[in-house]
Amino acid sequence: MEKFLKSKSANYVLPIAATVVLLVLWELVVRLFKIPEFVLPAPSAILAAWSAWSGVVIQNSWVTLSNTLMGFAIALVTGLLLGFLIGYSKVAYTTLYPLLVGFNTIPKVALVPLLAIWFGIGTIPAVLTAFLLAFFTIAVNVALGLATVELEMQDVLKALGATKVEIFQKVGFPHSLPYLFASLKIAISQAFIGSVISETVASNKGLGYLIVSASSTFDIPLAFLCLIVLAIMGMVLYGICVAVEQRTVHWVR
Amino acid sequence: MLDSQLAPTGQAADQRMPILEFQEVSLEYEMHGRRMTILDRISFAVGRSQFVSLVGPSGCGKTTLLRMVSGLLPVEKGTVYFQGQPIRGPLKSVGIAFQNPVLLPWRNTLQNVLLPLEVVQPHKRQFQEKRDRYTKAAQDLLRTVGLANFQKHYPWQLSGGMRQRASLCRALIHQPEVLLLDEPFGALDAFTREEMWEMLQALWQQTKCTAMLVTHDLREALFLSDVIYVLSPRPSNIALELKVNLPRPRTLEMCFTDEFHHLFTELRKHIHRN
Ligand SMILES: Nc1ncnc2c1ncn2[C@@H]1O[C@H](COP(=O)(O)OP(=O)(O)O)[C@@H](O)[C@H]1O
Ligand SMILES: [Mg+2]
Repeated sequence: MEKFLKSKSANYVLPIAATVVLLVLWELVVRLFKIPEFVLPAPSAILAAWSAWSGVVIQNSWVTLSNTLMGFAIALVTGLLLGFLIGYSKVAYTTLYPLLVGFNTIPKVALVPLLAIWFGIGTIPAVLTAFLLAFFTIAVNVALGLATVELEMQDVLKALGATKVEIFQKVGFPHSLPYLFASLKIAISQAFIGSVISETVASNKGLGYLIVSASSTFDIPLAFLCLIVLAIMGMVLYGICVAVEQRTVHWVR
Repeated sequence: MLDSQLAPTGQAADQRMPILEFQEVSLEYEMHGRRMTILDRISFAVGRSQFVSLVGPSGCGKTTLLRMVSGLLPVEKGTVYFQGQPIRGPLKSVGIAFQNPVLLPWRNTLQNVLLPLEVVQPHKRQFQEKRDRYTKAAQDLLRTVGLANFQKHYPWQLSGGMRQRASLCRALIHQPEVLLLDEPFGALDAFTREEMWEMLQALWQQTKCTAMLVTHDLREALFLSDVIYVLSPRPSNIALELKVNLPRPRTLEMCFTDEFHHLFTELRKHIHRN
């Protein structure tokens, strides 16, 4: 037993076992206490919803995925540029950082109605909300990565007569990579939350919209199905970021 | 080693002229609103291919002097000459190693050693084209310091002593004429340190570079140097110039001779606390 807990397969076996146990308990509780479907649908009911609605769910999942990824991509570019800027320039840091913090404290869900007025409902507000939620994390982490480069490391290059650009290439940039990748797994989750929030408020497409629409017709099994798909998508996106991180910044121990 | 055709220019300069010369170098800092004199008109010269050590109480400005030679710190009062020319910025014919080996953690040993060649001309220009030769040169250096089997290891996989050896190789790969060493073995244990002395002596004899070492370890200074300069406490000046005429190559056994001991006592007498 001890040996199994330390083994690699335990990392997969244990959570899967827990999920199965949870699903079985869930099914039993719903059947035993005769809980109505519109309060809490049993896993079997959710499975039934899947066979009835799989086409619609898949179609809307693609919408959510593409909104999330587009928002994330814009956040990545903006976050990198902003991070390099405030990480390298003291003036930019002093000027912009308080503004960024102030902006970051605004609950982004409050912005969605405004975005919908400016850009109409649908893809644009979803992508923008995803972006707005995610870029700050990336920018702050990249800036931190640049600001924490040891002075001696820079001295090694300066003493060789390296230019500012070379110092950035050889030291600043690689040094900020672990910080960047650590922020990506958080930022992707934030982008995901952003696009779903926006879809629930200002869209007629996407899983967020589908949940709202299913709830309004009391199709609770469908709403639950959407939630489960969201959970799986979120985990996969997070997992991809972690895998990329481990491959790219292998030197961090 | 890279062949001589790749060596930095300036070899033709007069062999008798000191390669480094400090002339009336002073340094002041503003501290708590008061001007503090750190270095007070320091003058000395270092001959080509000499091994010179600087010892003195901590805070007396030894690191500062090295930073002036490396061009990392501008010389405001007085002048530091390299081959007769005042130093105004980083020189490609200077290599430097610090107490902290500061290897880049995302590069393996070989890549770390190659770093200067990616930055310093003319190597930077030729890097792609001569990559194989440069790699070979780096491998040769690594072999001399006993790291032949650790080329592909990353810094976190190396011991402190190994990192310091790699850092020395990096300081030497572009064949600098001056090697600056700021307490390079200060963080190592006594046995490793003694191994490093022998290794450094071998590297220095092989490359014929001029070495300037800052150290707290008087035996280390005696083992390695031709000349030792003792700095006085702030405002510091040169309290003693000690010539060490022990034969080369020096061995650890020499550290137990009367002559060595005599020099040690002489040196010890002139070191004062701040
Ligand atoms: N940027 C600075 N501002 C003010 N004082 C400094 C600065 N850099 C170094 N000093 C002072 O200069 C003195 C010499 O420093 P340093 O050359 O590092 O001494 P050493 O290497 O001999 O221990 C120290 O007392 C230090 O406090
Ligand atoms: Mg020092």
